[in-house]
Amino acid sequence: MGMVKILNGSEAAATGARLCRVQVVAAYPITPQSKIPETLAKYVETGQMQAEFIRVESEHSALTVCISASTVGARAFTATAANGLAYMHEQLHWAAGARLPIVLALANRGLGAPWTIFNDMQDSISQRDTGWMQVYCRDNQEILDSIIMAYRIAEQIHVPMMVCFDGFVLSHTSMPVEIPEQSEVDRYLPPYEPHIPIHGSEPINVNPVMLAEPRANAQGELCPSYMGFRLRLQEALQDAGETILTAAEEFYQVFGRDYRHFVWEYRNDDAEIVLLTMGSLANEAALAVDILRDRGCRAAVVALRLFRPFPAEELRRALENAKHVVVFDKNVSYGLEGATCTETKAALFDGGLHPVVTNYIVGLGGKNVDVADLTEATLQAVQGKNRSDGPIWLGVAV
Amino acid sequence: MATNVLQLPEEEYILPGTRSCSGCGLALAYRHILKALGQKTILTIPASCLTVLHGLYPSTSVKLSNINTAFATTAASASGIVAALKALGKTDFTVVGVAGDGGTYDIGIQALSAAAERNTDFIYICYDNEGYMNTGTQRSSATPMGAFTTTTPTTKLEHKKDMLAIMEAHGIPYIASASAAYPLDLYDKVKKAKTIRGTRFILVNVPCSPGWGFPTRDVVKLGKLAIDTAMCVLHEVEDGVFRLTGRSRAMARSSKKKPVADYLKMQGRFRHIDAEHIDLLQEWLDQRWTRYVARHQLCEGGAEASKAGE
Ligand SMILES: Cc1ncc(C[n+]2csc(CCOP(=O)(O)OP(=O)(O)O)c2C)c(N)n1
Repeated sequence: MGMVKILNGSEAAATGARLCRVQVVAAYPITPQSKIPETLAKYVETGQMQAEFIRVESEHSALTVCISASTVGARAFTATAANGLAYMHEQLHWAAGARLPIVLALANRGLGAPWTIFNDMQDSISQRDTGWMQVYCRDNQEILDSIIMAYRIAEQIHVPMMVCFDGFVLSHTSMPVEIPEQSEVDRYLPPYEPHIPIHGSEPINVNPVMLAEPRANAQGELCPSYMGFRLRLQEALQDAGETILTAAEEFYQVFGRDYRHFVWEYRNDDAEIVLLTMGSLANEAALAVDILRDRGCRAAVVALRLFRPFPAEELRRALENAKHVVVFDKNVSYGLEGATCTETKAALFDGGLHPVVTNYIVGLGGKNVDVADLTEATLQAVQGKNRSDGPIWLGVAV
Repeated sequence: MATNVLQLPEEEYILPGTRSCSGCGLALAYRHILKALGQKTILTIPASCLTVLHGLYPSTSVKLSNINTAFATTAASASGIVAALKALGKTDFTVVGVAGDGGTYDIGIQALSAAAERNTDFIYICYDNEGYMNTGTQRSSATPMGAFTTTTPTTKLEHKKDMLAIMEAHGIPYIASASAAYPLDLYDKVKKAKTIRGTRFILVNVPCSPGWGFPTRDVVKLGKLAIDTAMCVLHEVEDGVFRLTGRSRAMARSSKKKPVADYLKMQGRFRHIDAEHIDLLQEWLDQRWTRYVARHQLCEGGAEASKAGE
């Protein structure tokens, strides 16, 4: 059994990376993530962690260092937020395309311009098509645990993973976190074995230029085309479910904490009204559900823990009996609606489910979302008072 | 002792059938660079003609391990390789980033400067063909004044950026310039760089027949003329000590330098340069050459003086 400490989300993320025996860390400071590289730098300099810490000059380089380190065979970690993640964009594609099991901790923050340092999920949602897996955490324990599971999963299927958590709301809020024993983590997470080791005697050319048609190698074997590589990445994400669940099952066996679902559900046994969201907002949604239940509404929370790969099947099961799905998105795909809403609707459509779906855009740039707002917005949606073509921006007077 | 051609390793690391253009200055230089580096090398190369030279998946024309990397990232990629090797306890690899002038002077300079500031233990080789050749001869900040490129269709008006001075300002242990036209000098410089720890920077002038507009057979001739006119100056800065080397040193001793017009007239890219700009270029070259010679004499004199004092 590990010991319980009071940690903020950034410390929980750094502790997770340390326990995973990450070998190369490269990160560039950005609020609200800065505490993560600071904590890791301290671990490395005081000998609590055996790792190379590269103090890079930008996020683009931070992820590049991780990419090359991972290619050579080291377990690599980075952390960022907002514009830092946007600045990594090119390399996010590179990491996933090269099938490298890098783990990135993301303290979600709104993107400039105009500047904000506060939380929303526009940053990670904007990167959803880069081929990374994305999980969203509800509390600091989940941050630490998710990082440990992330390496397990990423190294099994060779796809990088982003562990996202709300900036300030979690990154700067302290709460009790159980820190597992190193020996238990070692048992759970074996050392990283690269799938294409580099040694001088058998040279390899990693990520060369390629063409649209398959070509034969020197042995006459047909090798994949560019599109073939893309298809394999798609399949890896599509088929990741089992690996993720197995990792969660074994995590449960070793550490006793339960992440054996892609969605987190609260009071969803007989619910007709589902508040659907992601990340720490699920906690406020749960309080709203308690109030709604007191008022006689059969309400529940369904919070996506996994966003990529998108757990459509599990989501459909969780929404099977819902008559109203009220989606609270902390992001917006401009010109359409919140991304979670679109994807939920697509999952429902594929399953032939037709609840009334209402989309609220909430909490952008740190705008407070309190329980009363969620309660009231849900009631309005259910009463059909808030019909509109696009999403409804909650609580924006001006 | 300078290596002679009989002493060059026979082992070839570039196989016949590269995808470079015929008469490619880079291919010539690269062949000798790789001979100097040897098998225990991990290369990292960004988008450039060199990516093309390496060949198309699933075959490659180069027999050393290489990690292809995004355009801006050569030095950061090398930093990651160095860090991983250290973390894994693998001590016998030389890590080498090789990028074009565009990937070095322009988009890659931030990562390069940062890696040099950290004194990352790697060799950075910039091959300078004075333009973005892979994308079809656009201007880079290494393009000389007066040259036509597709993005300076009426010739470039600014002088080449002094990348060597920028790297020198980082205080790294070894800096050198070399030329594809003098492969043995290049070979020796890479060999020497291999023995030094920390960030080492080598700039290699590589004439580019299609980009510069000269017959492929003239690649070496033109490379030599670049040195004879001081468009390219061979030198080394080792632990802060500056010295001209090879042909450039001989030129400093004999005080002989050819007019730049001799060099310009052999190349299509300078066909639009007017007399006024030739003069400006000549003046710029003369001043730079004078500074180089003065520095060389200062350091050489200093070295001789200290020997006399022993
Ligand atoms: C971010 C980014 N921008 C642009 C490009 C397109 N691009 C590929 S190679 C290249 C020019 C390379 O020039 P240089 O580094 O001088 O090498 P050379 O082609 O001359 O060998 C450019 C602009 C790219 N690959 N990535």
